Amino acid sequence: MTLQADLETTAAPAVTGEDGASPVGTGSTAGRHRPIDVLGPIAGLVVFVGLWWLMHAWILENVFDKPSFLVPSPATVVDRAYLDAAVRGDMLQALGWTALVALCGVAVSIVVGTLLAVVMAQATWIERSFWPYLIAAQAIPILAIVPILGNVFGFGFGTRILVCVIISVFPIVSNTLFGLLSADPSQHDLFTLKGASRWTRLIKLQLPSATPAIFTGYRIAAGLSVIGAVVGELFFRQGGKGIGILMDEYRGRGQWPQTYGALVLSSLLGVAVFMFFGWLSNLVIGRWHESTRKSG
Amino acid sequence: MTDSTTTAEPTTGPAGAVGLQFTDVSRTFPDGTRALAETSFRVEPGEFVTIVGPSGCGKSTLLRIASGLDQASTGAVTVDRGALGYVFQDATLLQWRTIRRNVALFAELDKMPRSERDRRVAENVRLVGLEGFEDKYPKQLSGGMRMRASLARSLVMEPDIFLFDEPFGALDEITRERLNDELLGMFRRNGFGALFITHSIQEAVFLSTRVLVMSARPGRIVGSFEVPFPYPRAPGLRFEPAFAALCGDVSHELRGAHA
Repeated sequence: MTLQADLETTAAPAVTGEDGASPVGTGSTAGRHRPIDVLGPIAGLVVFVGLWWLMHAWILENVFDKPSFLVPSPATVVDRAYLDAAVRGDMLQALGWTALVALCGVAVSIVVGTLLAVVMAQATWIERSFWPYLIAAQAIPILAIVPILGNVFGFGFGTRILVCVIISVFPIVSNTLFGLLSADPSQHDLFTLKGASRWTRLIKLQLPSATPAIFTGYRIAAGLSVIGAVVGELFFRQGGKGIGILMDEYRGRGQWPQTYGALVLSSLLGVAVFMFFGWLSNLVIGRWHESTRKSG
Repeated sequence: MTDSTTTAEPTTGPAGAVGLQFTDVSRTFPDGTRALAETSFRVEPGEFVTIVGPSGCGKSTLLRIASGLDQASTGAVTVDRGALGYVFQDATLLQWRTIRRNVALFAELDKMPRSERDRRVAENVRLVGLEGFEDKYPKQLSGGMRMRASLARSLVMEPDIFLFDEPFGALDEITRERLNDELLGMFRRNGFGALFITHSIQEAVFLSTRVLVMSARPGRIVGSFEVPFPYPRAPGLRFEPAFAALCGDVSHELRGAHA
């Protein structure tokens, strides 16, 4: 990966602080992939699957006094949900539909949220006027408002996206606004010296310096948007069948392995979307930003 | 604010006039802190004036007022703001821009024609010794190299008067002395006037035609030393007895200023 290579080369001169001849390091490859970086996550997975299996095989019956089929073993889930071609087909189709809703939702949130943050960054009184409503929108119990939205706007595609936007716009606004307002004062001085306009300042200083914060907002919003899409589906039964509906159907029919299979898939969708924005963030700001190493 | 003398806005000098004139400039912050007492002095074109003084004596405030980043409470500044260069304490590079685009920033904000801008950027990147690093980002460079880029960014504007706010304060001594030597080279070549702020007496004496000593807050000028050594000044000047003697005089004055 070129990104990794870039990070490697930067470490050397910063440490030596030596001025002059040979700054950009010839690059040691030390510390690129330590065994623990791979073994750690594998160990985590083993422990997780182990606990799951223990739940199925022992805890459920002996501690909670419930039948073990309520938590099928991981092997059963893989066998019934993922190795069965028909079930797998249904699930992937539903997952695709949910992903489409979630991504449309986060896209709308990005546009609306970024514009809102830019407007709010212009004056303290504008910021103060908007905040209460944003916090209120964030505080609304989404389960309570979904049926109301459905009654008002109909149970269609647009309303599903609206649910995603309501749940995901807040972190975009707050992170973007924070980023826009935390541009370095001495960098602001550079623009003041040249009498730069508000617009120039926004485009050439505030937005670029806010990109790391902005991408953090996008990542959080993307995860929330997936939740919004799945929750919305529990109420919206017309139109395409998403993973949330499918999960509910499996549960209703007592198909426990399939229910868990769908559950895992929908959370994997959240992880995938989160990682996609992490990757995008690295792509855009990785070359110049100080702390891109920690993000996934 | 108790001062009720001339509350004149800093003015821009008439076209063609060069140099930098402070006339009874003082600054009292809104919280009542009196940062700068009435101060008057002049930096002639081609003169290198350095101000030394204790921390918080209003040295930086002088520069901020000269550049228009801050307003004087009383008094007036006469300078052509369009011909002013400003090098800050930190390199203040934009971390998302390559060195080339950082050096071009002021020219870009001043809407200098593209071809002219590119030519000057290339020329000044070479001048400060950053050739080959044009496409690097600030985080990939050492502190000294970042400072060079910051210097080049102002040099592109070919200023008549250069303001330096402790630009090399954060660097190690070897790097600092090397940059001092190079700065004097540029001073001789470009013939700008300079107002330079530092904590280092040696740096002040080595660079300047004149050293001003400021008192503790509220700052005012309590001493002025002409530096007789002719340019070009060899690095070895730092070890000559006359140099040491003058540093001693400035240091003595500065000690008085602290008291």
